[in-house]
Amino acid sequence: MIGSTATERLSIPKARTGINGLDDITGGGLPRGRPTLVCGSAGCGKTLMAMEFLVRGATEFDEPGVFFAFEETPDDLTANVRSLGFDLEDLAARDKLAVEHIHVERSEIEEAGEFDLEGLFIRLGLAIDTIGAKRVVLDTLETLFGGFDNEAILRSELRRLFRWLKDRGVTAVITAERGDGTLTRQGLEEYVSDCVIQLDHRMHDQVSTRRLRIIKYRGTHHGTNEYPFLIDSDGFSVLPLSSLKLDHVASTERVSTGIERLDTMLAGGVYRGTSVLLSGTAGTGKSSIAAHMAAACCQRGERCLYYSFEESPQQVLRNMRSIGLDLAPWFANGMLHFVSTRPTFHGLEMHLATMFKHIREFDPQLVCIDPISNFVAVGTAGEAHAMLLRLVDYLKSRQTTAVFVSLVSGGKGFLEATEQNVSSLIDTWILLRDVELGGERNRGLHVLKSRGTAHSNQVREFVLTSHGVELRDVYVGPEGVLTGSMRLAQEAKEREAAEARRQAIARKRREIERRRQALSAQIAALRAEAESEELELELLLSAEEAVDRRLSDDRLGMAQSRRAEGDKEEEETA
Amino acid sequence: MNSEHEVRPGSPDPDVWELRLYVAGQTPKSMQALQNLQRICEEHLAGRYRIEVIDLHKHPKLAKQDEIVAIPTLVRKLPDPIRRVIGDLSNLEKALVGLQLVPASTP
Repeated sequence: MIGSTATERLSIPKARTGINGLDDITGGGLPRGRPTLVCGSAGCGKTLMAMEFLVRGATEFDEPGVFFAFEETPDDLTANVRSLGFDLEDLAARDKLAVEHIHVERSEIEEAGEFDLEGLFIRLGLAIDTIGAKRVVLDTLETLFGGFDNEAILRSELRRLFRWLKDRGVTAVITAERGDGTLTRQGLEEYVSDCVIQLDHRMHDQVSTRRLRIIKYRGTHHGTNEYPFLIDSDGFSVLPLSSLKLDHVASTERVSTGIERLDTMLAGGVYRGTSVLLSGTAGTGKSSIAAHMAAACCQRGERCLYYSFEESPQQVLRNMRSIGLDLAPWFANGMLHFVSTRPTFHGLEMHLATMFKHIREFDPQLVCIDPISNFVAVGTAGEAHAMLLRLVDYLKSRQTTAVFVSLVSGGKGFLEATEQNVSSLIDTWILLRDVELGGERNRGLHVLKSRGTAHSNQVREFVLTSHGVELRDVYVGPEGVLTGSMRLAQEAKEREAAEARRQAIARKRREIERRRQALSAQIAALRAEAESEELELELLLSAEEAVDRRLSDDRLGMAQSRRAEGDKEEEETA
Repeated sequence: MNSEHEVRPGSPDPDVWELRLYVAGQTPKSMQALQNLQRICEEHLAGRYRIEVIDLHKHPKLAKQDEIVAIPTLVRKLPDPIRRVIGDLSNLEKALVGLQLVPASTP
């Protein structure tokens, strides 16, 4: 048996139902060879569950089954379950499944004395023997109570019937209507002691939710919660939600958000399999970022499931095209799958159930939910939180990256709180907000948290351009954080001031140059003056020397003319 | 019991009663029912009835065909409409009412 666990081996033998999820919460199926009571109010899906138990048994576990219908004719039943893809005629032709209608009509019967239900036993026995049935469904046994007056006989015969079913060793499902304050109208639960399952179809705020609960299951562990279930084109599915554990693997691979600078802010993108929350007030561009992430996912060749609870797929495609993001090719080739319903269309549990189903079938690598805010409108905040918790856990267990878009109603104090209180479930929280300044609103983005990431602390201005989302640095200066045209104006102002400063510097430089030139001119003039003075002095000096030389020459000439002896004396005296 | 020719579908002989008693083996209840039935017929339908006893243990397929749940079951095939009386017919009054041999005046 697939997926058998220790508890399963230790407990009583079980027959797998093959019904999605039911085997998980029953720990392997219904008690083999024993009767199981399925009770619930009208229209809660008892017959369908019983039928699927037989059909799965016949097709998947090679256990033929007999369906004893006390209420519906085989033709009706065949037609009813055909929509679920069960072909009873084919199964009957292959002796895998037989449907037998047991007709009990009170008005046609008069009771005159003692009787028993041996006729019923004979018919059950024959039908079981004919196809070698291992599974039997009696739907709905209580109809007998409407057919016969003598309740005492009926009750003893029913007791005999359950014993007989056990003796035959068939795994039986007996359906019964819910009574006032009792599990079943006729108290059938007192005959079935092994396993009792209750189905419920509840309305809460005009939204219906189907739930399943195992009331008792002797000799085995079982989930005790109420589990939501749904009936759709593939039959019955129960969601074993609480069986999820916090043991998912943590990937170190980063996936791009499709916005380059956002990736940079997140040190390369978000971790695969983590959850991302995009929160912000109306019109801050949450969906645009989600769409970018979706496009990036498809570009990597991965599938993306996009829940659009407020817009139709065509609307999303058109709106994203206006910011230059063309999702149409991905939509066309099936990489991008939209699910557009109103959140109020189902109850929360039903939403969760259908989401699980979509995710299981489509097997996406990225799931966008836009927005989660409206879930609160369906249930209470607490229920919405529980639902999202289950969803987050489920996605993590599948290593599917999740993007939740949350609309935050205005007010500064609320901005960093989500209505669903989901922030603790979220790994990366990107907050988008309005920055209203100078008569215009602009968009600011910052990363509030990102587990395991050295993310940027800065606020970025977030601009929707015709070629997608762009992130720009905001102006942070003495005048505060400025965005949009204020930022542009401030930047222009700064540019002007810088220009002015630059010009002043240039002017100063020119002046210095001029002064330097003036000085050097002065220096040159002085030097020229000095040179000319020097020259003059030299001339004078040389003139003096010439005179001097001439005088001495004259003296020498005179001395020579006076004889040489007197020269010395004269010279000495001179 | 009665060796009359089969009554043609178009013109049923309103005088001949066709009765079928379904039993399962020779149980006391079955024996009791047959005895009671014979007594009723002799008393009310002398000479114009036909009783067929079917043992479902021998012919289990007939249980489905004739939609038998309780044992013993007496089916009045003719005259129309089909009537069913279950039990060992020890309650004579109810048996007569069930077979419409007396009008159902008392509830």
